[in-house]
Amino acid sequence: MLDDFLVRAALAGVGTAIAAGLLGCFVVWRRMAYFGDATAHAAVLGVALALLFGTSITLGVGVVALAMAILIHGLSGRGAAVDTMLGVLAHGALALGLVAVTLIPGQRINLDAYLFGDVLSVTRVDLAVIWGGGTLVVLALWWRWSALLTATLSHDLAYAAGINPRREQLLLTLLMAAVVAVAIKVVGALLITALLIIPAAAARNFANSPERMAFLSVATGALSALAGLRLAVIFDTSVGPMIIVVAVLIFAVSAFGRKLRPLGT
Amino acid sequence: MSLIAARNLEFGHGGRPVLQRVSLALEPGEIVTIVGPNGSGKSTLLRVLIGALKPQKGKVTRQQGLRIGYVPQKLHIDPTLPITVNRFLNLPRAVGKEAVAEALGSAGVAGVGGAQMSQLSGGQFQRVLLARAVLGRPHVLMLDEATQGLDQPGSATFYRQIDAVRRDLGCAVLMVSHELHVVMSASDRVICLNGHICCEGTPEVVSAAPAYRELFGAGTGGALALYRHEHDHDHDHGHDHAHHHEAAE
Repeated sequence: MLDDFLVRAALAGVGTAIAAGLLGCFVVWRRMAYFGDATAHAAVLGVALALLFGTSITLGVGVVALAMAILIHGLSGRGAAVDTMLGVLAHGALALGLVAVTLIPGQRINLDAYLFGDVLSVTRVDLAVIWGGGTLVVLALWWRWSALLTATLSHDLAYAAGINPRREQLLLTLLMAAVVAVAIKVVGALLITALLIIPAAAARNFANSPERMAFLSVATGALSALAGLRLAVIFDTSVGPMIIVVAVLIFAVSAFGRKLRPLGT
Repeated sequence: MSLIAARNLEFGHGGRPVLQRVSLALEPGEIVTIVGPNGSGKSTLLRVLIGALKPQKGKVTRQQGLRIGYVPQKLHIDPTLPITVNRFLNLPRAVGKEAVAEALGSAGVAGVGGAQMSQLSGGQFQRVLLARAVLGRPHVLMLDEATQGLDQPGSATFYRQIDAVRRDLGCAVLMVSHELHVVMSASDRVICLNGHICCEGTPEVVSAAPAYRELFGAGTGGALALYRHEHDHDHDHGHDHAHHHEAAE
């Protein structure tokens, strides 16, 4: 079954969507979109370094995304102008990565695969990385769910309950790096944030609890991945952007549907 | 041993000192109120006590296993986060349906469990926060201007509920308030804060202290008089009632 590249692509898309859909809820609740951008854009630099040192792309992306995530986490604790700082880091990392890739001697690589994803060339090893990393993200969120929710609602309520919100935030930071490493093959560095935010935003329109929103977000992400893959094959377009287009369509329909049937929330 | 004690706290923000040499201790079962003008460091002090802020100097000691119920001044829930009252009250630990219903009832908001937090009125929201703080069966209940946004009868009821909670749980209460007349009637001890502790003691002692009068003006003497009037059932001075009431405003 895994011999079929379309089956592998579908599995890769669904695996990524599950992890991104869950983490994406926290990205939306905590307004971490720009944070996601910075971490994802750093992945391009990771690709360049991996090519330079001849290591695996996943390792390079994972390490650089992790370094970026930890850097942001450290800086955000100091109360600097976070928004501006994230902008500098996000675009700085992207530009540096793009320059670095072209400077690597003897390499003429197709950067599109890393910017927009290349899910049709997913290998069995890639699948193992995606589902392994995705499972890790899901388990970690499951384990800390209540503490994360409390810290998201209010740092002070968390502190009073003996939960350290900074530690919970660090966990989200690490998971963000993991999702970036998992998702780069599927939607590429430029659209990872979209896969985090759009399914969660669509889910918000029909959710009355955090858990329901998480479930709907995962479902929306998985549906987008499968439908996006199918449409990309039919219309012969690239898959990553098509997945996001489908997610945006689902979001638009859900926003419209909510107008017709307001939840009063 | 005190439930929670702070010794010689110093806290500054961007070079500006907010708390200086603040020491206090809270004993089981007592109601202590912190009063002080805006910007006097009241909320900062509570946040240092719950561990949300680290003091630059000094130390906070808590009794082992101390449970704190905290009612913040305000809580903004991001509109992207859907959450019902029931779910909110089961965070971070699940306490079950019955406990939630009972806590909501004793906080005076029975039946709102199924509503979204965003649908609550200001008064309901504060009561839900109180219910949540109580659900953890705290040793100390800390309230930061918890009656903000409530009208006068509303806040009077709210304070009665706090008192009932204290009697049920036997917990100590530490609250920040600007409503001097209520504070004076409800507290065992008052701490007057203005960066440092200006004076402290029983309501009578504090309201007579020169430092307190300097901060709040002599008019607040009427606040205590009003309390005396209401709580001693001193009907002979009914004539003065209106006068004191004005002074209390």
